[in-house]
This record gives sequence, C-alpha cells and structure tokens, in this order.
Amino acid sequence: MTLEAIVEQLGLKCKCCWEKLKRDVEGGYAGDLLSDVMANSSAGNIWVTRQVHQNIVAVASLKEHAGVVIVQGAVPDKDTLEKAQKEGIPIIVSDMSEFEVVGKIYHLMYHG
Amino acid sequence: MPGDEYLEGIFQVQGRDFVDAGIVSSEIKKKLKEKGIPESIIRKAAVVTFEAEINIISYAEQGTIQYYIEPDSITIEAKDVGAGIEDIELALQEGYSTADDSIRELGFGAGMGLANIKRFSDEFEISSVPREGTYVRSTIYLNGK
Amino acid sequence: MTDIEPYDNHCLSQCGVESVTLAQIKELLDAEVIVGDDKLDLEIKTAFGADLMSDVLAFARSGCLLITGLSNPQSVRTAYALDIAAIIVCRGKALTDKFIDIAKELGIPILWTQYIMFEACGRLYREGITGCVREILVEDKTSAR
Repeated sequence: MTLEAIVEQLGLKCKCCWEKLKRDVEGGYAGDLLSDVMANSSAGNIWVTRQVHQNIVAVASLKEHAGVVIVQGAVPDKDTLEKAQKEGIPIIVSDMSEFEVVGKIYHLMYHG
Repeated sequence: MPGDEYLEGIFQVQGRDFVDAGIVSSEIKKKLKEKGIPESIIRKAAVVTFEAEINIISYAEQGTIQYYIEPDSITIEAKDVGAGIEDIELALQEGYSTADDSIRELGFGAGMGLANIKRFSDEFEISSVPREGTYVRSTIYLNGK
Repeated sequence: MTDIEPYDNHCLSQCGVESVTLAQIKELLDAEVIVGDDKLDLEIKTAFGADLMSDVLAFARSGCLLITGLSNPQSVRTAYALDIAAIIVCRGKALTDKFIDIAKELGIPILWTQYIMFEACGRLYREGITGCVREILVEDKTSAR
C-alpha cells in the first residue's frame, strides 16, 4: 500500500515531499519518545506522532520511514518542514487523534 | 488575592525531580475529593496543578504550589525560583517549547503546559522575571460561571 | 460566552459504540493484568494513545482507556488527574515497583502488553473503540493579565 493511498483515503494533508508519496508503506509505528522510535521502528514504516520539532526528521531519515503523520492538529515547526524537504521525508498532518489515525491506517493496511 | 484563611495547603516542588512529578496534583485531588468538590472541577484543578508542577520541575530550581478554597472558587498558585520566562506570549502558545531532549524522553515538553493551565482556568495570571523566577495563578470557579 | 465542559460524555453517546470490557481488551492484546484484577468488567468505549502526558491532560476524556509506552509514575498520576478508566502499557515496557504501587494506591487498573502502540491501537479500533478528544477548541474565556 502506498503512502498516497493512505493519505487520500483518510483525507490527510501532505505538507511537503509530495513526489515521495508513491512510496510503499511497510508497517506502522506510533509513538512520541524518540529513543523508543529509534530503537523499535523499522524501515518503510509510516510513523504516527504528535512531536513537531525538527528532530523527528532526523529520526525518520535514519530509520528510513516512508513518512511521518503528525496528529491531533499539531503544527510542524517551520524548521521541521525545511529539513524534511531536504531529507525527502513526507510530513503529513491530521486533526484526528492518534488513536483514530492509527486505527484507520491499520484497518486500511490489514483489512482494507 | 485569596486571604490566608482560605489557604488549604502548600507544597514544595524540587527542580529536576521528575520521579515525583504529579504528586502534588494527586494530593490536591485527594483533598478536593474529601471536600466534596464536583468531579469536573477537581479534574480542572488536577490538570492545572500537574502542569504547573511539571513546569517547576522541568525549568526551575525549586518552587512552591499553594492552593486556596474560597466559597466560589479554587485558586492554585505556583511560584518558582529559576530561569524564568523570556517571552511569555511565546510561552503561552501551544506547541512552543524550550524543553531539552531529556525532558521530552520523559513524556513532557510538548509545549502544552501553560496553554493547558490557561485552558482550564476561569482566571489566569502569569508573570516572570528572567533569571529570577515565574509566578502563575489559576482560579477555577466552583459553579463553572 | 459558552461555558465549555471539557469532559462531558456527549461524545461518548454520539459514538454509538458497543463498549468493550477490560477483560475483552486483555484477550485482544494478549495482555497481563498488573493491577485491577477485580475491575475487568469495566466498560471502555474510547481510547487515547499517547506518550506525552501534556497531550493527555489537554485532550483525553475521563473514562477513556490510556494507551501509552510511558511506564513512569507520571502516567498513573496523569490518569488519576483525569479519572481515566485504565492504562495499557504497551511495547512490553518494564514496570517499576513504584509504578505498580502508585497505580494500586490511586486505584487505576494497569494492563501490560508486548504489542507496539500501532498494533494495540489498531486492534482496539477494529473492535469498535473510538478515539475521543475534545473537538471544541476552547475559546479564550480567561483574562490573562
């Protein structure tokens, strides 16, 4: 399943690196503790978080995530978007809660 | 400013003492429950106290939290000695945070603290002197009006 | 100005969801019950997944299930402040005695699962539990001085 399919079907908004949305998503990871995400997420994951500072780009880049979804209406820092654009990491946003977004992505990926 | 006759309790909070973060909030909640204060009001007071506590722990050297119960309202005052806040307007913005990574790793530092306090207060006052400390006062009306 | 009650159950009834008990959740998540063996018939309709306690304080509703990877006492105290129904600690995070003691003291059921948060939330969502946050943005009803 591509990132694009998830973004479209869930009505999410992509804030940068639209050309990267064709990437395939392999699994998902949810969490806000960076050391945990570093240790336990995997390449190809769609990472769902409400952290907005630029460190999330470093983490997503290092772990080769397909993209990052920032939830709960949290607004990514300007630095974050700039860095994401440079690193080629799509930053996607949603007003929905983390639980809702994860639930819907999970459903799409495994039961859709 | 509430008079001393309404002062219910004073708690000391130590800077960087993350292990006990939230203990004052829990204590105040227990006391308010004993007094038969409505649950929804207690929740607001508990959240306000929790956030004030976290701010002292995250950013100050030490501080105190006092709470007052008046006939129509509850007031929580947090005073600390520490770095203070350079730009209060900025600090009040949701998402604005000066937290370092160690604070974030503990589950705090999302930049919601002061915004949360203001959100649940019926009256809110904040003042700060950089390199000296910060004062926050939150009043919650008992009848929600 | 509308008096906003941030923890009303309006959303819960609107969700129209069948509730799921803690016992069922235990099965769904292959979880262990660490605290609250006697509370497994608690009904859960809504859940909030977060590692940042400020978010929980700002957005979670009382009566919900908190799903978190944060295994410090603060998550218990946060749940207590908000009257959250129960906590699921995911990612197989090790729990300290202090965490367990505080949960027992404050009466908060704790379930523990190896599943990562993504999996835990996914499974619970599939069962019909919904996310419930305060959708209303609190108008500035305070007077900041």
